[in-house]
Order: sequence, then structure tokens, then C-alpha cells
Amino acid sequence: MTLPDPEQLLEHLYQQLKPRIQENTALVGIYTGGVWLMERLLKRLQTELGHDILFGKLDAAMYRDDYAQRGLKTSAHPAYIPFDINGKHIILIDDIFYTGRTTRAVMNELFDYGRPASVQLAALINRGGAQLPIRPDMVGADLPLQAHQSFDLAMNTLGRLSLSISESASPAKLGADDHA
Amino acid sequence: MHNPQLNAQGQLQHLLSIEGLPKRILTDILDTAENFVGVAEREVKKVPLLRGKTVCNIFFENSTRTRTTFEIAAKRLSADVLNLNVSTSSQSKGETILDTVNNLIAMHADMFVVRHQQSGAAHFIAQHVPPHISVINAGDGRHAHPTQGLLDVFTIRKYKPEMHNLRVAIVGDVLHSRVARSEIHALTTLGVPEIRVIAPRTLLPTDVEKLGVQVFHNMEQGLKDVDVVMMLRLQNERMSGALLPSSQEFFQTFGLTPERLALARPDAIVMHPGPMNRGVEIDSAVADGKQSVILPQVTYGIAVRMAVMAILGGGNAA
Repeated sequence: MTLPDPEQLLEHLYQQLKPRIQENTALVGIYTGGVWLMERLLKRLQTELGHDILFGKLDAAMYRDDYAQRGLKTSAHPAYIPFDINGKHIILIDDIFYTGRTTRAVMNELFDYGRPASVQLAALINRGGAQLPIRPDMVGADLPLQAHQSFDLAMNTLGRLSLSISESASPAKLGADDHA
Repeated sequence: MHNPQLNAQGQLQHLLSIEGLPKRILTDILDTAENFVGVAEREVKKVPLLRGKTVCNIFFENSTRTRTTFEIAAKRLSADVLNLNVSTSSQSKGETILDTVNNLIAMHADMFVVRHQQSGAAHFIAQHVPPHISVINAGDGRHAHPTQGLLDVFTIRKYKPEMHNLRVAIVGDVLHSRVARSEIHALTTLGVPEIRVIAPRTLLPTDVEKLGVQVFHNMEQGLKDVDVVMMLRLQNERMSGALLPSSQEFFQTFGLTPERLALARPDAIVMHPGPMNRGVEIDSAVADGKQSVILPQVTYGIAVRMAVMAILGGGNAA
């Protein structure tokens, strides 16, 4: 497969995101890649719209459904939700959408902060393979991938994104991980 | 040598003492605790990690504060908590420790938090439980109190992140203090270069220098230019015989007063594991003063205990 330029996918995502920003919208990035994307999108939105936009960051390591099998991720990040979530329109930002289990975990964590008015999901890539009734509302691209493959999104020191595919020797365990 | 605290993959299986734990494990616990600090500030002060698990606090020795913080930590992880005060219960009827533990295993407890007046009690229980059960030492005799040691270094790291650059003084009844022992091991493992103990000779273990600390018998010398002052509680209930003339005299010589604290660095922090004896080891003006981080220690203690339980309660990453 010829891989697209993730910078173009981000541009595509941005065009879908911009009209959805309201006064009460907050962007919440999902670690790690989703936080990079959120910060990029936020900066441009604030410049072009001319006002500040609420934002937060979630890891959801404490809400994952594979804790009993895999334990707690040691490299988890502290949650950062510096605003009152009640009544806000939340847009979750993730890099690669796969099984939907991360989204579920993040939504569970989000609701422990309060009751948002709505929650939408923006993902740079939907790689297919959802295992829950959850789909992104905005995507940069749909790029189906085999179960033993995964996308790796990287960011260089200048902040530029790059995309590659890695292959695991054994087929990934079903639902083992939807972090790309 | 086999470390009873680690499993075959080198992951934490029980928390019995800080002695013998590699830096990697201590750092993991402290980093994980960072993630739990914010949980208490949310609308729902709970995360679902230990949902459906039963944590059993077995206290053969009373300690309301330690038991309460473990109970809050377990509840914030969504565990069910069972508190057993064995000192007032079946042991007084003659039941052995293992019979007590076996009964709780038969009730499908998943984790034991053990406090005992005998050193080694938690080790003993850990050796007898099946592999899916974890044991946390909440204080055994004069031996260890690992979660207190961890929460102390977590607090230090919060205020003084450059741990490899610190001068730390531990003051008071080191002889009877399992907290001091756990603190010294934790600070040493995390690379704190200078650890001092300040105490009268009668309240120091004979081999204290072997722990890698500098010994002072004088507050004025010992406190000079330190970054952290860790006070210990004068353990009246553990004292037998005449180790001290009186608690007033102790305060005269080793109590932390504002004048003595002024000898430390101006940004030094003051810590105390509680419960405090005001006017015995610490002056109220210091305990309630600007440099005191005694209450943050309590708050961080919950996050650290949550981290330990969350690490012990999860599966082993394949």
C-alpha cells in the first residue's frame, strides 16, 4: 500500500473539524498520538477562529478492559482536564481508530469528570476492525489494515508527522490493543 | 537470591519492604502514583481498576490512620474492602495467623494489607498465599513500612525533583522506626547522595552507619543546609526501659523549632509521617508553618497506595 502523507490527512481532518467548533466545544487528545494532533489542530483553530478553545488530555490507562490480562501500563500519563466538563461539547482526538476499546475507556473516564452535552470522535485514520458500536465522526482517511499489521505515527523534532506500517510476527490477539 | 517480592518475570508480586527492590520498580510505582493524584479532585473519585476485587486489611496491631488510607485507596480503585482488627478478634481466641489468612482466602480475598507488631509477619503470609494473591506490608515490627517510605520519597520528588542533588535529614527515634528504615532504603535507591540521621545515641540502632547514612547527635550541626527535614514520631508505646529522660527534655535537644529549621536551606521542606506529638518532636509553629508538607504527605499517601495496589492487582503484560 502506498501510504498517504499524514500532514494531508490532518489537513482533511481539520476541514471537517473547523465547522463543528462552537462556543462550548473542548478538544480532548488521547495519548500519545492524539495529543500531538490535538495540539496541532488547536493551535490552528485558535489562530483562524481568533479565540481560545478549551482542551484536555486523557490516557484512560485506568479504564482499559485488558487490565486483568495485561496489568497497568507503566508509561501512562496523568489526565489533564482543567475545565468543568458539564455541558461541554467534547471532541475526542485520536490518531488511529481500531477496535474502539480505547474510545470506550476514554469515554468512561470522561464521564467521571461530569456530564458533557455531547461527545464526538475525530481520528486521523480508521484502520477498520471495530469491536464495539463506536465509529469516528470525522476521519482523515479510511485505510483498512490486516490484523497482524499496525500503523506507527511518529512526529519529528520539527513537529512534522510521518506514517509507517509495522508487521508483528504472530497475528495480534483479538482485542489485545487498539493503540497504534 | 530469590526476591520474594518479585515474580519470575521480575514484576512486583508483593510489597514487603523497599530493601531489595530495584530502582526500576520504585520509579514505576512513583510514576504510576502521579496518575492517581488527580482522581481525588474529580466529580467521581474512583477508577474501575479493582472492580470486583476484595482487598482485606488485616491489622494485628491497631493503626487507624494507616488502615484508613489503605481503605480509601482501595475504595478509590473500586475494590470491596474488608477490615479485620485481629488484635480484638479471633487471635485472642487462639487462632493462628495462617488460620486467619486461610479463612480469608476461602472467602476469595484477592489482596491482603497486613500490619503486625512482629517483624517478618507480612513475609510469612506472602510465602503461604497462592500466586494470584498479593500481600502488602503496612508495617511489621521495627522492620519496614514500605508504603510510608514510598509516599515520603514521592512527596520529596514532588517538591524537590532533582533527587540526585539533595541533602536529607531524618530526625528522631530511628531505633524504633520502621519508617526511617524504609525511607533510607528508598532515598538511597533513588540516588539521594546525602542522608543524615540526627538522634541521641540511645535512639539509634548500633549498625546505623551500615545503611549509608551520616550520623549526628546535634540538631544544629545536622540540620545545616539540608533540603528536606523528615521528622520521626517519638514512639512512646514502643519504648521499654529508660532510653530518654523525658519528652520535654527530648524537645529541648531534638525538637524541631523555627530557630533550628532556620539552619536548613531557606526552601527546605518539613515532613512527618504522623501522628505528630506537638511539643515533643516538633513545634506547632513548624508543623503548621509555610515549609511544612505534612498534610500533602497524607494526600499523596493515598495516590501511592492506589499505585501499589493497581500494579499488584493487574495481569502480567505478556
